[in-house]
Order: sequence, then C-alpha cells, then structure tokens
Amino acid sequence: MKWIAAAVLTVVLALLPFLAGDFYVNLASQILIAALFALSLNLLVGYGGMTSLGHASYLGVAAYVCALLTSRYEFGHGPAAVISLAGTTAMAAFFGLLALRATGLGFLMITLALSQVLWGLAYRMSGVTNGDNGIAGLTRPRPFGVSLDNAASFYWFSLIVTSFAFLLMTIFVSSSFGSSLRGVRDQPRRMAALGFNPWMIRWITFIYAGFWGGVSGLLYVYYNKYIHPTSLSITSSAEALLGVIAGGSGTLGGPAVGAALVLLLKNYASAYIERWNMLLGLVFLFIVLVMPTGIVPGLGRLATAVRRGSR
Amino acid sequence: MQFWIIQGLNSLSLGGLLFLLSSGFSLIFGLMRLANLTHGAFFMLGTYFGATALRAYDGLNIWVTALGAGIAVAAIGGVFERLVLTRLKTNPLGQVLVTLGMSFIISDACLLLWGGDSIPVPTPQNLQSPTRVLGFVFPTYRLVLLGVAIAAAVGLYFLLERTRLGAMIRAGVDDGQMARAVGIPVSNLFTIVFCLGAGIAGAGGVLGGPILSAYPGLDADMLPLALIVVILGGVGSLLGAFIGSFVIGFTYTFGTALFPELSYIILFLPMIFVIAFRPQGLFGRLSA
Repeated sequence: MKWIAAAVLTVVLALLPFLAGDFYVNLASQILIAALFALSLNLLVGYGGMTSLGHASYLGVAAYVCALLTSRYEFGHGPAAVISLAGTTAMAAFFGLLALRATGLGFLMITLALSQVLWGLAYRMSGVTNGDNGIAGLTRPRPFGVSLDNAASFYWFSLIVTSFAFLLMTIFVSSSFGSSLRGVRDQPRRMAALGFNPWMIRWITFIYAGFWGGVSGLLYVYYNKYIHPTSLSITSSAEALLGVIAGGSGTLGGPAVGAALVLLLKNYASAYIERWNMLLGLVFLFIVLVMPTGIVPGLGRLATAVRRGSR
Repeated sequence: MQFWIIQGLNSLSLGGLLFLLSSGFSLIFGLMRLANLTHGAFFMLGTYFGATALRAYDGLNIWVTALGAGIAVAAIGGVFERLVLTRLKTNPLGQVLVTLGMSFIISDACLLLWGGDSIPVPTPQNLQSPTRVLGFVFPTYRLVLLGVAIAAAVGLYFLLERTRLGAMIRAGVDDGQMARAVGIPVSNLFTIVFCLGAGIAGAGGVLGGPILSAYPGLDADMLPLALIVVILGGVGSLLGAFIGSFVIGFTYTFGTALFPELSYIILFLPMIFVIAFRPQGLFGRLSA
C-alpha cells in the first residue's frame, strides 16, 4: 500500500512540469533540494536523537568545493562532484569524531560552534571564497549530454536525485542498522549492554547524514549557480531543523513536508515583508509551543481520531 | 615589542569582554541545563541600547549606561524566561529551539530599529587619552575594561560562594531535585539566574561597544565565541569561563593579527584539543 502511494506520488511529481509554469517548476526544484537537506538532517535528529545545529556545514562545504573546483580550477562537473562529496563526507567523519564526544546539548553546541567557524571562514578567507561577494557565474552539469538549463529538466534531475536519496535513506532507517540506531537513541545503555557500540552507530549515521547533506549542497549550487556564506549560516541550519521538527522528526516523509512548508513560507513571506528572520523566529516559538510533535504526526493523530469517531 | 604588548593587552580586554558574555551563559547552562542561544542577541541588544543612549546624551556616564542597559536586558530576559521557557521545563530540546527563535527575533528587530549601518559607540572622554606604563602607551579604556571584567569575576565569585543566594544556586546546579526537596525555590532561582546572565551580557555589550561598535551580525559573531569559551572551560564553571575567555581572547586576537584569513581556524584548535582530551571542558564537573 505504501509503495503504491509512493509510486503514485512520484508519477504526479514527475508530471508537474506539464501542468505548471516555469515559476512553479523552479519553486518545486527548490522544495526538493530543501526536502533532501531536511531528510538528511532527520537521520540525525529524528532517528539518532542527535540534534545538530550545524547541518548547513555539509550543504555549504559541498557547494563551495564544487563551485571552486568548476569555476577556478576548471574541473569537469563529474570529478568536481565526486571530490566535493568525498571531501564533505570526510569532513563529516572528522566533525563526528569531535561532536560525538558529547551527547545532547553538548553535541548541539559543538556542531553549532563548528558550523559557525566554517561560516566565519567563508566570510573572512576572501582570497579563496570571495567573501561576502560569494562565487557567481557557475554552470550546471550536463549529465549524459542533457542540458539542465531549463526549469523542467533541472526539476526532473532534482526529482531523480531526491527520490533516489529518499529511497536509500528509507532503506537505511528500515534496515536492522536503523533499528539499532533507534535503540541507541532511546536506550543507549541497554544497547551497549546488548553488545552494540552506540558510539559507532552514531558516528556512521553522522557520516551518512553528512554525505546526503553534501548531495543537497550540490543540487543547491547547481540550482542557484551562485554560492554565498549565508548558505553556511545558522539561519540555514535552523531552517532545516525547523522543517524537520515542524514536519515531525523521526517520520519518513514528515521532514520533506516541513521543509516544503518552510520554503513556501519563506518565498511567499519575502514577497510581502522583509523580515524573514523575525518570522522564522516566531514560527519556531509557535511550533515548539503549540505543535511540539510536528504537523504530520499531528494530522495523523487527527485522522485516527476522526476515523474512530465515525465508527 | 610594541606589537606584542599592544596585542597582548587587546587580548586581555577581549578576554574580559568574553568573560562578561560567557559567564552568564555558563551559569544558565549549569543551573537550568539550557544552552541559551539568545545570549549573543542579549549582548548585541546591550550594545545597541548603549550606543543609542550614549549618542543621544552627550557626557552620559558609560558605567551608568551599562547598568541601565543591563537592567533593561535582564528584564527582557526575565519576561522571556517566565512566559516561554517555564512552559517547556520538560522539553530541553524545545527550550534550545525557542532561544534560537528568540535570537532571530531580537536580531531582526535590531536591524529594523537601528538599520543596517554600523553605529560607533564613543569612548568615554576621561578615558580617551592613552596611559603610559613603563614607557609603553596603552589605550586607557581597554585597561579599565579588563579591570571591570576582573571585578565582575570577583563579584560573581563572592555572590556564588559567599551568599545565601549563591549557596542555593550551587545546590540547584549540583542536584536540582534534591534542592527542591529541601525547600529551595528552584524555579525562582531559574528566573534570577537567567536575568542575571542576560543582564551581565547586556552590560558587557555596552562596555564592548567602544571597541566593537554596534552592527547587525554582532550576535552571530559573539555567540560562537561564547560557545567555544564554554566548551573549552566547561559548562557551569565560573573559573572555566574565566580561563576560557582569556585563552580565546589571546587566540582570537593574535590569530586575527598574524593570520587574518585563518583566524577562525586558529580559534578552532584549542577547542579541538579540549574536546579530544577532556570533553567535559577544562574545569567542567558536569557533562553536557
């Protein structure tokens, strides 16, 4: 049943460019990228119980490395993508070593501090990163000779990547490794007593989440053809975290829905008001105080209640 | 030689400033188990209050301004703690998220009210002339700032170690449930400590104004420094915050002066060492 629903959803999503104009197709591409980013963060927050406030590091670093390699060092898009993903994954492994010395709030503070260091670096190391001007004039790749420069083809490209990532992340969390990850989230001591290595399970998840964060970073830089230090900022991490929590952390599709809502809110709100950060802050307060378990589980409970009531 | 001495003094005054910022963060974390991500915004709010007051009234005393701004920021913090944080007592993650949301709201409100340009804060007139010590010329204000930070550290030490309130706070830090059981009103202490921490940060913001000036993004610049200080020194430890502040003050100042592009990487190094070898921080008793 679930698989049929997923297949129907994929077909509907694939048909979108025939039904909507370029503006909406581009918006949908952005949603896919944000959803992939939020899904990767959800591996940590929802399934691992590791609340990271530095996930923008992986998006930003992958995007910066790819941008630098293709624009300054004249790499092809294939090698650039491989190098930036490998680099981002290696960085996740290193950051994981540091951040996983702590759990809970300590973990959160270390991930935040690390990502703020990278953000500062992107601003200050202007010889490399071009500082506040960002790196402009980038190109999109041409996989198998297909140009991605029009809205529909880029959308399909993002849809393929995101669906594939979603599938792999679903397999990851439904595997026995995923069960042990949830076990470590809820009962680390018992899991250790049962012979599991909680630290290793967390570390592997951290690296895996960093890798998918890097993939979303590549899509991000392909879409925008531009990269700026704000993509590494705490706001960027916080938007993704809000998406995860608003959508329902630890559910499969929730974070994608949450990320879509945050992105739509941002797009529509910034058409009317300039104060996106203030709105983001208010939404944070609202979600945490009113809907702490997220929108998707909240609606699920509502649906169950309605069904029970109608019987 | 002149370079090293001047940069050394700059490090000390930045360290003092960082202490004013991070001591409150550390106290709040120690008692409430709350990573208060609004702390950088409280600091920035203090700087903007100070800049506005000092530029509007010529000759206004900076110490009085710092006290006033500290009280104002403490009041804002107190309202936030009472209205929002107390509702989330059983939800530590939710608490962190609302402090993050609050920091976005404050920093955007500052941008709205004061605009995007940086506002310089005047150095007090009687402290503008440099001081000569052993033939070296020092900017007087930075020396005084260092003195104030040390005085604040001593004051906080006495408050925590020698007063009844301090004894209750320490009891709350060590074992909150037990403290409640013997009749210590821990939730009132939460409010007091939150106000105190916010107030010190706000006052520190005013005092840091003549060095840093008020600009949008000041909060995002200061918060990671506070986090690194606290990770380094250990959460909940006043001594840790003190030592950590000066370590980071030196690392940051010399890093910026000698390797401007890499200053952030250099900032990173002491933190990596501490996390690797002593994850609870140099003087931390509690693990975060």
